[in-house]
Amino acid sequence: MQELKVQPIRNGTVIDHITAGRAVAVMRILGLPRPGSTSTITAAMNVPSSRGRKDILKIEDRELDANEVNKIALIAPNATINIVREYEVSRKEHVQLPEKVSGLVKCPNPNCVTNHEPVRTQFLVVARDPVKLRCGYCDREVADVADHVA
Amino acid sequence: MSFQGRHVCHIADMTVADVDRVLDAAERLLPAARGERTLEAAKGKILATLFFEPSTRTRLSFESAMHRLGGNVISVAEPGSTSATKGETLADTIRMVSSYGDVVVLRHPREGAARLASRYSRVPVINAGDGAGQHPTQTLTDLFTIRKAKGEIRPNTVTIAGDLKYGRTVHSLAQALAMYGAEMVFVAPESLQVPADMRQHLDAMGARYRLASTLEEVVGETDVLYMTRIQKERFPDLDEYRKVAGVFRVTPSLLAEGKKGIVVLHPLPRVGEIDPAVDDTPAAKYFEQAAYGVPVRMALLAEILGLKGVA
Repeated sequence: MQELKVQPIRNGTVIDHITAGRAVAVMRILGLPRPGSTSTITAAMNVPSSRGRKDILKIEDRELDANEVNKIALIAPNATINIVREYEVSRKEHVQLPEKVSGLVKCPNPNCVTNHEPVRTQFLVVARDPVKLRCGYCDREVADVADHVA
Repeated sequence: MSFQGRHVCHIADMTVADVDRVLDAAERLLPAARGERTLEAAKGKILATLFFEPSTRTRLSFESAMHRLGGNVISVAEPGSTSATKGETLADTIRMVSSYGDVVVLRHPREGAARLASRYSRVPVINAGDGAGQHPTQTLTDLFTIRKAKGEIRPNTVTIAGDLKYGRTVHSLAQALAMYGAEMVFVAPESLQVPADMRQHLDAMGARYRLASTLEEVVGETDVLYMTRIQKERFPDLDEYRKVAGVFRVTPSLLAEGKKGIVVLHPLPRVGEIDPAVDDTPAAKYFEQAAYGVPVRMALLAEILGLKGVA
């Protein structure tokens, strides 16, 4: 039996199957750790699994909302979200990247109108793994999505 | 399919069939564009032009086109005189302007501005240039000029030279030529070559193109030589501008080495890319190209406004 490297959590969220090396980026876009929060956050990186290496993130006392799940989909398209209550997985879902992404990403083109006018950005998903987006205003393609999540 | 009421923000908003339809109508509108026929089809219609950047040809040709169709024009004369200088958002400006006219023509310094405008406008928006983005009506004029000079668009090798990075006319034109299946050669200093995004997009379209660094090496295989100005105003660093300004110049002796029947186009203004001695040669088509801006924009306005009995 494999040794348990990470303690189970009582309540919160476990994000599994994060693309290896992306756990820190996921933490950054989720704003973790929250200022003032004392919740425990555990990151496991390069964990062996049946589908190669992966990262895992355990966040105690916090359940992610849909907007946060969408953000994760942008940088870790194969991640699964496990909502844990009293040590049991009460809900498990795969992140799903929609065909269009609104407001979550900032256009990297400094002269794009969205960087100068108060308007929600809109991107088309042109590739899914790795994720590549195209700005719905200026057509700029974004490959390094993690660097541009708003 | 009619495109009455549609926005034209991007050349990809039109199909080859749409473009052909506009170019065919422009051909029939040539006499009216020259003032030899008087039209009243657009009587009672108002074109609102909103230019946040300076323009001579595009604005005048749009205004002339609307007048030639029998319609009226309202304009904001100076970019600095709009309420944008008071901090009004583009969305609010467009909401207001689109309630004053039947079609809005917009030029703006930011990429994607026309698309943003189209989302807030009550009437069709035509992009008259957005930053280094798109300039679809210039492209229609370019295609019309190629067709007039060469009969067809597809079988030509079109060499596009100069500022291929910041030049919005280039971005629209290259996509349109790819739609038609014409062969393209892009000639530019390395720092001003076609951006990687654009190349990927052309690759995805199956476009036939190659890159070159001098006019001399490609002039012998070129049917249409499309020159562009190196745009000083788009360079953040003036030293970079000085390094590349004046690198390419079309002269009668260059054209003497060119393919038989080669023609030279330029969206104008030029600042030295074409020797004035070329003006009097049969290859020079850039002043005709500027004149064709009127019938082409008449045809586009007629389609968008759904005017009957125009051409």
